[in-house]
Amino acid sequence: MDLSSINWLLLLASLMVAATPILLAGIGELVVEKAGVLNLGVEGMMITGAIAGFAAAVESGSPALGFLGAAVAGALLSMLFAVLTQFALANQVASGLALTLFGLGLSSLMGQGYVGLKPPSTPKLDIPLLSDIPVLGPVLFNHDLMVYVAIAIVAATWAFLKYTRAGLTLRAVGENHEAAHALGYKVIAIRCAAIAFGGACAGLGGAYLSLVRVPQWTEGMTSGAGWIALALVVFASWRPWRVLIGAYLFGGITVLQLNLQAAGLKVPVEYLSMSPYIITIIVLVVMSSGRSRGALGAPASLGRTFHATG
Amino acid sequence: MKKRTLLKGAVAALALAAGPALGESHAEKTKVGFVYVGPVGDGGWTYEHDQGRKAVEAEFGDAVETVYVENVPEGPDAERVITQMALDGADLIFTTSFGYMDPTINVAAKFPDVKFEHATGYKTAPNVSVYSARFYEGRAVQGTIAGRMTESNVIGYIGSVPIPEVVRGINSAFIHAKKVNPDVQFKIVWVYEWFNPAKEADAAKVLIEQGADVILQHTDSTAPLAAAAEAGNVIGFGQASDMAEYKDGPRVSSIIDNWAPYYIARTKAVMDGTWESTNTWDGIGPGMVGIGEITDKVPADVKAEAEALQASIASGEYHAFTGPIKKQDGSDWLAEGETADDGTLAGMNFYVEGLEGEIPQ
Repeated sequence: MDLSSINWLLLLASLMVAATPILLAGIGELVVEKAGVLNLGVEGMMITGAIAGFAAAVESGSPALGFLGAAVAGALLSMLFAVLTQFALANQVASGLALTLFGLGLSSLMGQGYVGLKPPSTPKLDIPLLSDIPVLGPVLFNHDLMVYVAIAIVAATWAFLKYTRAGLTLRAVGENHEAAHALGYKVIAIRCAAIAFGGACAGLGGAYLSLVRVPQWTEGMTSGAGWIALALVVFASWRPWRVLIGAYLFGGITVLQLNLQAAGLKVPVEYLSMSPYIITIIVLVVMSSGRSRGALGAPASLGRTFHATG
Repeated sequence: MKKRTLLKGAVAALALAAGPALGESHAEKTKVGFVYVGPVGDGGWTYEHDQGRKAVEAEFGDAVETVYVENVPEGPDAERVITQMALDGADLIFTTSFGYMDPTINVAAKFPDVKFEHATGYKTAPNVSVYSARFYEGRAVQGTIAGRMTESNVIGYIGSVPIPEVVRGINSAFIHAKKVNPDVQFKIVWVYEWFNPAKEADAAKVLIEQGADVILQHTDSTAPLAAAAEAGNVIGFGQASDMAEYKDGPRVSSIIDNWAPYYIARTKAVMDGTWESTNTWDGIGPGMVGIGEITDKVPADVKAEAEALQASIASGEYHAFTGPIKKQDGSDWLAEGETADDGTLAGMNFYVEGLEGEIPQ
């Protein structure tokens, strides 16, 4: 084994890239769950965003329009889930799973003409001054814009949930939808908005895969990233900054296991690959041990169907 | 991913439901079926098999009818798809992935009048042939170019699934890279899949970060070439297909699976009534393994050297595994001038001397 052949700073840089898709999808799902809705369709929305963003970028020649298209596509698809669960009062778990299946099928249909194409390349930012800092500069400040947009979305989500009236209302809807309704808040409308935001973020995450990280379109290319994003929200105990940490941890392990293989470490990579999930389970056990469900931070109305009776 | 498999099964079922209606009116034609593991647009493995199918259509015109089902999972679904094809009147069925071996054998036993051809397997029957290509011959040519072109002396290799075919490719590439450049070192990363663009891209990036300036891949997507293009001064090779869209970038040559001549010959044999169960393992010579154009990025003398090697393999004058070669643990494998037999090659589960790391079990 030759650990010195691993450049740890480059590892840090590449884990930021590897983590961005799940970070985007995860922060979107966090808002959805904070509003009391459990949407298991993240994978489907991501893959739809991946092809929609790819198609939009190829057709227009602009990566920016690609990301925009992906966000719109993800939000539109999530509206299907919103109609099913908020108006038709369908079961959220079943609807979410159906959304994933639908998204996978829809994306392979949409992608028929896009296999083997190269997308326009997403330019890297070269931030003056910051990227000139020795060592850290090229690592932290020489990525494409979406890496920073993802972090900015986390910060904005944190501030929104913590400091704004609208954020408090959203949390109230997630904690106790009956009470929120009694106070005159439009529970259904707020939840629909949250679902749309979650869909848009998942779409962005998918487009990051097909436009930056890979970059090409292939069927099923998200290969489970949406499920990792779901685990990430639980791991983060529904807190925005912990989603960021968790995403970098999960993304970091993915990149690390490849690095260790290339460096010749004799550890079966299966252990490393499963470690994010094991960590999630451990965190769940630790956080829920001896205390109530509230200690976990899960919104009290999560997954419960709301129907205004009064 | 189970759900995706189910979905694919449903799609396959729909495709089959549409099949019989088309088939019945052309009973006098020779009907040739193809079962594919991936989408025909994957740009690699399945794409090349489908090119072979199109070549059969072009060769025989109205005398044949071809049908195919793509995205067929390796498992019980495959048996159902193959059975349906046989029921629909196919005279000859090509099943193009290793995992279709047992399903093919099972279905063949029920349809003795239908001829079956299984790619990369080893089980035969009176109406089942097997065929595969000697990709390791192409790896020898790649290894030569890689060894000459590397400046860092670090060559990255993206392994797919640790089975003999892949190990054989690594050994062949390494032996020939070492031959032209004794200082060369291989870094191997396994992704445990044939086709996962995101993982392949990450693997390529990691290898580049650890100093590799040549990337060899045994996975089917163009993602590693995209990563090499982004890195700049890194070269790579097309795998399974020419991947010519990266010709102006990192791709300097490629290994192309060329199934067309074989598919045409076997279809002709069925039409003539001369079809017999065979075991085919062809390489560069008969044209089953093609070497994609070596671009101008490669200096003329290196190109000439690679082409000379290609020619000597094609003529049978040189065997890619010619001794003296030792195994990784230092024990003797091939003596001076001795060549490896097909049995050892088919089951190869060891690295040759000089390679680092272990083959995952």
